[in-house]
Amino acid sequence: MTTDLGMPLRSASVPGTAGVPRLPDGTALTKKDFTSDQEVRWCPGCGDYAILAAVQGFLPELGLKRENIVFVSGIGCSSRFPYYLDTYGMHSIHGRAPAIATGLAATREDLSVWVVTGDGDALSIGGNHLIHALRRNVNLKILLFNNEIYGLTKGQYSPTSHVGQVTKSTPLGSLDTPFNPVSLALGAEASFVARTMDSDRQHLTSVLRAAAEHRGSALVEIYQNCPIFNDGVFDVLKDRTEAAARILHLADGEEVGAGDGVVVRDDRGSLSVVPRAQADPARIVRHDVSAEDPSAAFALSRLDSPDLGHVPMGIFRNVQRPTYDDSLREQIASARTGEVTDADIDALLAGRDTWTVGA
Amino acid sequence: MSAKLVQKLDRVVIRFAGDSGDGMQLTGDRFTSQTALLGNDLSTLPNFPAEIRAPQGTLPGVSSFQLHFADHNVLTPGDAPDVLVAMNPAALKANLRDLQRGAAIIVNTDEFTKRNLSKVGYVESPLEDGSLESYDVHPVALTSIAVEALASFTDLTRKEKERAKNMFALGLLSWLYTRPMDGTEAFLKAKFADKPEILEANLAALRAGFHYGETTEDFAVAYEVAPATMPAGTYRNVTGNVALSLGLVAAAHRAHLPLFLGSYPITPASDILHTLAGLKRYGVATMQAEDEIAGVGAALGASFGGALGVTTTSGPGLALKAETIGLAVSLELPLIVCDIQRGGPSTGLPTKTEQADLLQALFGRNGESPVAVVAPATPADCFDIAVEAVRIATTYRTPVIVLSDGYLANGSEPWRLPRTAELPDLEVEFATEPNAVDDKGQATFHPYLRDPDTLARPWAIPGTPGLEHRVGGIEKADVTGNISYDPDNHDHMTRLRQAKIDGIADTIEALTVDDPTGDADVLVLGWGSTFGPIAAAVRLARATGARVAQAHLRHLNPFPANTGEVLRSYQRVIVPEMNLGQLAMLLRAKYLVDVESHTSVRGLPFQAGELADVIATAVASVSDVPLKEAAT
Repeated sequence: MTTDLGMPLRSASVPGTAGVPRLPDGTALTKKDFTSDQEVRWCPGCGDYAILAAVQGFLPELGLKRENIVFVSGIGCSSRFPYYLDTYGMHSIHGRAPAIATGLAATREDLSVWVVTGDGDALSIGGNHLIHALRRNVNLKILLFNNEIYGLTKGQYSPTSHVGQVTKSTPLGSLDTPFNPVSLALGAEASFVARTMDSDRQHLTSVLRAAAEHRGSALVEIYQNCPIFNDGVFDVLKDRTEAAARILHLADGEEVGAGDGVVVRDDRGSLSVVPRAQADPARIVRHDVSAEDPSAAFALSRLDSPDLGHVPMGIFRNVQRPTYDDSLREQIASARTGEVTDADIDALLAGRDTWTVGA
Repeated sequence: MSAKLVQKLDRVVIRFAGDSGDGMQLTGDRFTSQTALLGNDLSTLPNFPAEIRAPQGTLPGVSSFQLHFADHNVLTPGDAPDVLVAMNPAALKANLRDLQRGAAIIVNTDEFTKRNLSKVGYVESPLEDGSLESYDVHPVALTSIAVEALASFTDLTRKEKERAKNMFALGLLSWLYTRPMDGTEAFLKAKFADKPEILEANLAALRAGFHYGETTEDFAVAYEVAPATMPAGTYRNVTGNVALSLGLVAAAHRAHLPLFLGSYPITPASDILHTLAGLKRYGVATMQAEDEIAGVGAALGASFGGALGVTTTSGPGLALKAETIGLAVSLELPLIVCDIQRGGPSTGLPTKTEQADLLQALFGRNGESPVAVVAPATPADCFDIAVEAVRIATTYRTPVIVLSDGYLANGSEPWRLPRTAELPDLEVEFATEPNAVDDKGQATFHPYLRDPDTLARPWAIPGTPGLEHRVGGIEKADVTGNISYDPDNHDHMTRLRQAKIDGIADTIEALTVDDPTGDADVLVLGWGSTFGPIAAAVRLARATGARVAQAHLRHLNPFPANTGEVLRSYQRVIVPEMNLGQLAMLLRAKYLVDVESHTSVRGLPFQAGELADVIATAVASVSDVPLKEAAT
């Protein structure tokens, strides 16, 4: 049990950023240091503003040198994010940010690498890269802004839009079953999966903190409002009374519940929310964030319903396993026998079978 | 001891052909190694089906390996084999049409069963119906003699013994051409170190083949091919894919950059991934990506971080990587993209060669998206071209596409080893300091402030304090790199990116012309892997008295600065290509010279004889035209 004192993460033992140079003791950066000189160009009222403010406010907490932080994004409204942060950044191409960030993280242990993506970028055009980054467990923090709509292309349905959603490209309602990003990430062997919301700065920050501390891929789904094309889609979760009854807070070791409802497990292992008064205490689910078996986390992720009747929020899974980038560096380090010299390269070029022709 | 006659030859072309499971590639490879160590010049052509094990004994399942070796400079794997080793009826049928009358055929009679004959449509055995009369046929019961030679290996099944028949054939050919077998014996010892029984059986079969040659009356003469006269130095035999891999490692070493390869397996490029994956000792990081796009994406990410990002692929993969290469054009970061071309379109001919990706390399992206394009001329040149690609990529901060092909990738030749210390100095300077002052008088960094000579932008890698900046695929304002939709800025940036690539011509070698008499009217101009066949054809044509000049392009974008001048110096310019005239189209468009295309897309390299005829016809057509008049 640790108590969050709201102090900066100064310890070099934070696994997620081990190897990344830190600021000297006694110095700290501020939110302003992470704010670039570029004018922010999201629509008024966009949830991205709140996320940007939360990230800019959180980054100083890491205690890292600013130049060792990199944000890589794909394409979409959310992917403009790097321009507004005064770190190193790359606004890449649609769906490819996880692949690009993988190459960067694999070759640069001294960087804290973040990916900013959206539901279309990560789950549609870039679905393949996302699942493979998670499977490899590259030390990347992936912030998936989910607004259940395509914003930048002006209002087509996305892979997280609910069935029947009427959009510009689906005038009679969308036909395809949406992805549940948390279920998908868990199925892709993700070692860290969490969900939070644009408007809950405190919760968002706590999830970012846990993601940063985690060594390996961290998938953070952030519910985000698009005021233009899908306004109010998460409103019921932002109303204090409604939220209390709907949001199932995930806290390690605690019972999972919302309002007077609590999550129970039936004989077949399925989860459901029942009134606390009717719950068999032996069947009440206690969250175990570090369970090796992802089945329980997956079952929790299935409590989502299209009407947002119940929505688990918080960290679904947080387990340690070797990261791709660390393992790759280890393979290279153990194969190395010292600084490579010209003579080493000469020997490599020569191979085993050579012959000499005299002058 | 053999009392047989030994006859000297100046050159031999051997083709080993058999079922894809017969080990023909290995047999050819070992014979090549033995030949290289003997000091012959050589050139090889492996030719195999895309299927790993096509149905046994069928024509589609035939795999072959051709080797041309000589006591003089060799340019191609040879047009027609002097000797065909045919391990079954399918191998005979598939390869017979390439032989000239009088060629030797060593045939494995054990496989000429009724069933195997009918599989390939022989009603009667060609060994018995007289149809091979005009060839020098040596029927050898290769399988049964090999099995008999292994009689004492009681733990091995008949099938296992049969598998050693390729080593028996190799032993026989080693005797026939007086090749030392120590290298192959050492190779087998390493390969089967933990399978002593299999090792001993292979060694026994190899020696049995050699002794069979010595004792059988069927082979009256053994042959010798003396070492070739080659420039002094230390040599090894090398395939194009290995040379390319080594070139990348050596160049990264000279640039003091870590090498990162992001790659997805694809024929015929995968061997580069395999080779580099085994070189972690040299600091090489390789990642087998989830797809072609991720391969190039990871490479670009590594380049952004200050590594030498490389991706390897073939034509279909280059198509998939196009968007990311476009991003690299916009980011202006070094990136090496190796396209080992194969027959297309679509899946095409995965194991056969072609050079039809030239226009894809130059133009296969959206927008005005210029990149540097280079192409190696021979398997060994793949090393030099890799070094050159790295020089261009790091100097000009640009993607460079290397166009090798299946023929160069799998073909091999002797390579005079360079000295690492004498390779070009590729030291890279990363930006470390602010390069501008902002409107408040503060030092700042402009990521698109260019070097006035190269037009390259600074390479400022994450971790450098004070140079934090953002790059991206959206058009950027000149100098500052901020997002810009300004029409004039886009026009300016588009022209700048083109000018930067065009400017590479200032630092590349001039196009040199080989014209011994100095008065040729016909120029043959090639690019990429056609160098060998063209040079051999030119040699044949000159031997008949034709005056013909040859030039070869290794830089396809930009072209060497003197290219137009060279083209305009000849009455006729012939451009042989293994596509439908892609270089010819570029030359005609750029230089307004009426170059003539000669093309073939058979999945195989040109034959020297075929090109020599084309040259002879062209030379004859201009031989009576007064030179001065025709030149105007």
